[in-house]
Amino acid sequence: MSKATEAKAMRVGAAGHWGENIRSDTHVWIEPRERGLVDIVLESRVKPYYGEAILAQARQVLSALRVEHAQVVIHDEGALPFVVSARIEAAAKRAGFGEGLKALPEKIVIAEASPRDRLRRSRLYLPGGEPKYFINAALHGPDAVILDLEDSVHSAEKDAARILVRNALRAVDFGACERMVRINQLPLGLDDLEEVIPESPDLILIPKVERPEQVIEVTQRIRQIRTKHGVDREIWLIPILESALGIENAFKIASASSQVVALTIGLEDYTADLGAPKTALGAESLFARQRLVNAARAAGVQVNDSVYSDVGDMEGLRVWGLNSKAMGFEGMGCVHPLQIPVIHEAFAPTKAEIERALKIVAAFNEAQQKGLAVVSLGSKMIDPPVVQRALKLISRAQSMGLVAGSLVAGNT
Amino acid sequence: MIPKVELALNAAGRMVPAMVNGRPQIPYIGVGKYQPRARKAASPVRTAASYPENGDKRIADLETALRKCGLRDGMVISSHHHLRDGDSVALMALQTAARMGVKDLMWFPSASFPSQKDAISLMESGTIHHIEGSMNGPLGDYCTQGKMRGMGVLRSHGGRWQAIQDGEVHIDVAVVAAPTADSFGNADGTHGKSACGLLGFALADSIYADQVIVVTDNLVPFPCIPSQIQGNNVDFVVQVDSIGDPTRIVSGTTQITRSPDRLRIAEFVARFLREAGIMRNGFSFQAGSGGIALAFVEYLKNMMLEGGVKARFVRGGSTKYLVELLEKGLTDYILDGQTFDLDAVRSLAKDPRHVATSPFTSYNYHGKGNFASMVDAVVLGATEVDVKFNGNVVTHSDGRLLHGIGGWQNCLAAGCTILAVPSFRDRIPAIVDEVTTLTGPGELIDVVVTERGIAINPSRQDLLDAVKGSRLPIRPIQDIKAEVERICGGKPAKPTLSERPVAVVKWVDGTVLDTVWQVS
Repeated sequence: MSKATEAKAMRVGAAGHWGENIRSDTHVWIEPRERGLVDIVLESRVKPYYGEAILAQARQVLSALRVEHAQVVIHDEGALPFVVSARIEAAAKRAGFGEGLKALPEKIVIAEASPRDRLRRSRLYLPGGEPKYFINAALHGPDAVILDLEDSVHSAEKDAARILVRNALRAVDFGACERMVRINQLPLGLDDLEEVIPESPDLILIPKVERPEQVIEVTQRIRQIRTKHGVDREIWLIPILESALGIENAFKIASASSQVVALTIGLEDYTADLGAPKTALGAESLFARQRLVNAARAAGVQVNDSVYSDVGDMEGLRVWGLNSKAMGFEGMGCVHPLQIPVIHEAFAPTKAEIERALKIVAAFNEAQQKGLAVVSLGSKMIDPPVVQRALKLISRAQSMGLVAGSLVAGNT
Repeated sequence: MIPKVELALNAAGRMVPAMVNGRPQIPYIGVGKYQPRARKAASPVRTAASYPENGDKRIADLETALRKCGLRDGMVISSHHHLRDGDSVALMALQTAARMGVKDLMWFPSASFPSQKDAISLMESGTIHHIEGSMNGPLGDYCTQGKMRGMGVLRSHGGRWQAIQDGEVHIDVAVVAAPTADSFGNADGTHGKSACGLLGFALADSIYADQVIVVTDNLVPFPCIPSQIQGNNVDFVVQVDSIGDPTRIVSGTTQITRSPDRLRIAEFVARFLREAGIMRNGFSFQAGSGGIALAFVEYLKNMMLEGGVKARFVRGGSTKYLVELLEKGLTDYILDGQTFDLDAVRSLAKDPRHVATSPFTSYNYHGKGNFASMVDAVVLGATEVDVKFNGNVVTHSDGRLLHGIGGWQNCLAAGCTILAVPSFRDRIPAIVDEVTTLTGPGELIDVVVTERGIAINPSRQDLLDAVKGSRLPIRPIQDIKAEVERICGGKPAKPTLSERPVAVVKWVDGTVLDTVWQVS
C-alpha cells in the first residue's frame, strides 16, 4: 500500500463511554498521525490508584495493534483492565489500525465444559456493550450468562461489543455459569462467531431462526473456526424461534444439528409477527409455546421459555414461571439478577414430586437388589422411562439443594 | 496557614500532631486505656433575675441576639445538623457574624453538609478561622488542600459530647435551629413545617455553652410540649420565616437499593445474624440509613417473622422500615438518634415506644456507660477495611476527606460490629492492605460482609464457631482482598500525601487516632 492510500484509510476512531453517570467503562479517542510517537493523554477517576497501570496497558495494546503514530485520549470511569483494552482496540480499529490483529487480555482458567443436558433454568442476559454488569453476574447464581451482541447492542456499536464480549470470555470469571453468547441475525452473526468462537463459549444462541439451514450454516462456520483455532471444547447451540414460520419449522430446526441442546422462543418478536398484542397471561403465544415444547421433546432436546420483561413484577414472574414449568419448559431467560431466585423456585420440583420420585427410585433399587425385572410401587407397575424420569428429577433436586446428597447418592 | 507541628507515634502506629489548634493532644493509647482524671466543664452560673419573669426571651433578630451574646473575634460558635442538607440557620448565623465584622471564629458544627459550602468564602474572608466537625465535598477538599487556617478536628457524635463535656471545646455561642419552640426557649423537632425529628445533637451545646440562641420558624405559646431542649438553658429566642428547606431536611421516603450486588450484601448480613444466633428473642440491633442498611432491615424483618423472633429494641437513625418493625410488633422500642424520613418523624411524634435519645445517652464514652455497647449487633459502612479489620470512613483512598465519623466510632462498641461493604467500587478496592485513614481499630470490627464473601475477625472464634456448617460464604479477608486485586488488575498505588497534617481523627475518648494529610 502506498503512503498516500494508507493515510486515506486512516481517520479518527473513538469507542466506549464516559461521563458523570458512566461507571466501569472507558472512552478512547485515537487520531492517526503521519509521524511522531504515540502520545497518550489520560483522565481517570481512578488515576491515583491505577493511572500508571492504565498507561502501561494502553501502550501494550497499541503496540500489539501496531499503532505507531497517533494522538490518544482516554477518559476512564474506573473500567476494569479487560474493558480498557477492548475499548482501545475498538477505537484503534475504527481509526483504521490493526486489521486482522487482536490485543487479547490474559486468559483465566475457565470452568469445565458444560454437559449437553446440564441444568438450564435461568440464563441471565448481559448487554454486550455494558461491561459494568459482567463482573458480578455470576455471583447471583444464574445457570448461565448470555453475553448479548444482538438486541441490546446498537447497530453502530456491534464491532466494539464483539471485542468487549471476546475479552470478557477470556478475562471474566463467570464461575459455574454456562457462558453463552447471543450472536446477531445472520449473516452479521457469522462475523460475531469469528471473534468469539476462539474463546470457547459454551453455547451460542442464534436469534430469529426460521429454517434448519440457518442452524446448519452456524454449525459449519463454528466447526471451521474451531478447527482453525484448535478449540476442542464443545460449543452447543440454542436456536431462538421468534416468528410464525420458525414455530412451524420447530422440529426440523431442533433436529438440524447434533449441537442443538435446546429450543427457546422470543415472544416480543413472535407476537409482533402474529400481529397480536403481548398480554400478561400470554394466551396469544400458547400454541407457539406448546408447539415448541412438543417439537423439542420430539427432537430429544431441552426447551426454555422466553424472558419475563417486567422486572418490577415478581409475582407476575412467579406465576409465569409456574405455568411455564407446567407446560413442560425447563427454564427461562432473566433480564435482571433479582429474577433468578424467583425463577429457580418456580422451576424447582415440588415437595410432592420429589417424594414420589424418591419412592420410585427406592422401589427400583429394591427390585435391582432382588434381581426382579419388573419394578412396582404398591400395586402399580413402574415403566423404565418413569424410573429414568424419577432419577433425573432427583439429580436435579440435588443440584438445586432440595435433596440431601446422601439420601440417594448410594442409589444413583 | 498551619505552622509546622511536632508529630508523635500513637499506639495504632500512626503519626499524629502533638498540638492541634493551640491545644496539646494525647496520642491514642489503645481501646479503653485512657483514664482521664478531671471534672466536667460547666457553663457559668446565671440567675433568673437576669431573665424576663414572663419567660419571653424573644428578641428582634439573629444579629441582635449575637450582639447581646457578645460575639467577638476568636470565639467558638456551634450549630447542628438535625436539619441535614436543608439547614439554613448555621450559614445564617455565620453570615450575620460576617456582617457584624467578627473575625476568626471557630465553627463547631455537629456535622456539615454540601449546602453549607459557602462557609468556604467565610473562611477566605476571615470570618471563620477553621472548622472542627465533619467536612465533605467542597469543604472537605478545601481542608485537605491545606487552605484552612487551623486544623480540622473530626469527632464522632459521642466524641463531640465528650469534648464539650470534658472542656476540650468551650462553646461561646450555640445557635440551635428548632422546628418548634416557645418564647421561653423550650424546643422540639417533631412538629412544625420544618419538622426533623430529634434535636439530640444540640443538647450538649444547650447545657455547656456560655450562651444559647434558639432559632425557630414555628413559635408556639408556652409550653412547647414535647420538648428536647430545655428553655432553662436558653438565653434568646429568634423567630424567622424559615429555618430550612423541608425537602432536604427529611426525604419523603427512603429507598431501598435495587442494586443486586448491594442486596446480596444486605441479605448476607441478615443471614449472618440469624445463623450466628444473634437474631433471637429480646435481641437488639442498629443499622444506618444507607441503601444496604435499609435492605438489611427488610431481609431481617422477614427472617424475624419466619422465626417468630422479636427484638427488645432497635436503634435509629430511623426510617419507615424501622417504624414498620415497631408497628408490626417486631420490636418493643426504637431508641432513636436521628430521623431520616417523614414516616419516622410521624412515628416519633405520636408513638411513645419511639424514643428520642441524645449523644449523651447513646454514645458518650466519658459517661457511666452508654447505649451503644448494649446493642447486640450493628451494621455499618466503610470506605476501606484492611486485612487487620481496621476501618476508614473519613477519607477516600486518595486521602481526600469524604465523610464525617457520625456515630460510626461509637457503634463499634456493639456486641457484633459488621461492616457491609462492596469489595470494590468501580476499580477502587475497599479491602486493602492498610487503611488510608484509621477511623476504627480492627480489634472492634468483627465481621466484614462483601458481595464476594464474609470475613470474620480471627479474634472472634465464637462467631467463627457459631456459623460453622452454615451455607454462608465465610472466607479469610486476605482471600477476598486477593480476588479483588485480581479483578482490578493489581494492588492500587498508594496516594502521594504530604507530611503536613490538615486534620485529625479523634478516638471516642478524645485521644488522637490518626491524621489527615494535605493532598498534593
